Amino acid sequence: MIDAAVADLLGAGTMEAAFPNGVSRYAIGGLFVGLGTVLIYIGTGITAGASTFLESTLSYVSGQSRFKQYRPSRDWRVVFTLGIVGGAAIYALIYQGDPWSLAGSGWTTEVSPWRLFVGGILVGIGTRVGKGCTSGHGICGVGSVSRTSLVGVATFLVVAIVTANLVSALGVGL
Amino acid sequence: MSRHPLFLPLILVGGLVFGFGLGFSHMARPEVVIDFLLFDDFGLLFVMFGGSIVAGIAFWTLPKLRGSAPLTGRPYGRRLKSFDRNVLIGGSIFGVGWGLSGICPGAAYASLGIGNWPILYAIGGMFIGAYAQGVWRSREADAAAAAAPGDD
Repeated sequence: MIDAAVADLLGAGTMEAAFPNGVSRYAIGGLFVGLGTVLIYIGTGITAGASTFLESTLSYVSGQSRFKQYRPSRDWRVVFTLGIVGGAAIYALIYQGDPWSLAGSGWTTEVSPWRLFVGGILVGIGTRVGKGCTSGHGICGVGSVSRTSLVGVATFLVVAIVTANLVSALGVGL
Repeated sequence: MSRHPLFLPLILVGGLVFGFGLGFSHMARPEVVIDFLLFDDFGLLFVMFGGSIVAGIAFWTLPKLRGSAPLTGRPYGRRLKSFDRNVLIGGSIFGVGWGLSGICPGAAYASLGIGNWPILYAIGGMFIGAYAQGVWRSREADAAAAAAPGDD
């Protein structure tokens, strides 16, 4: 239904070129991401982002002064993250069969371990120095029409596009 | 200060819905993010805009309906962070990492839930990165505190 409406709007050719997988999975998924954010906000007034979990969880094992500020929130951030893991597992159980079975219909990424690992290190540094990630800046910050977050999103989006195209142009495989 | 008994259950339910959405949107799959960044599939725009519009409606209407949240007494407000150089520096570093790996923190947790175990390389990297910047910034802050006279 959503796909047909967008195809009507854009024309079938543009639709196929811009959205080869349709738009409904993205739009419906995005609505759920927003809904999860809203549920927490309605009850608690908290605009929860995902990357603070990294530092708040480090405060359990590290005495570095930087992590101390996250001690009061570290327990619920663990619960939030476990919820994200669990919610995705529920999705996988419903739509992909048994995700824990290696022979099952669950997928594992083709992106190579070094790209995940090196990229992960930079994501860990960058999201924490830059005051937010795709959920903190991208969902909550953009939803708040925060100028800081709009600039933050524009920055990481443009740099990520340049990086991905550069890596691809250099012929680096996934 | 004791917490409302429904505080953690609500956080869990919110996380479950959030994670379900990340799974359903396919954003938990690094290939999909990389395809988006290479302009092969613009669908991810719908995830970010869809999510932020839903969140935005709540952020704008709730403060008008009541003053504070029932479970915490926290005033309803928007997510407004101060702007400084770090937003650009950190955003750029995050951008390189996101473009290289195709994964961001929330999507990485969701990816693990789907059973995509190689994402542990990325999550391990994220903890190392977050720890490294924490050490640098702790050292900077401690040095600044030590240099400030009469700060006891």
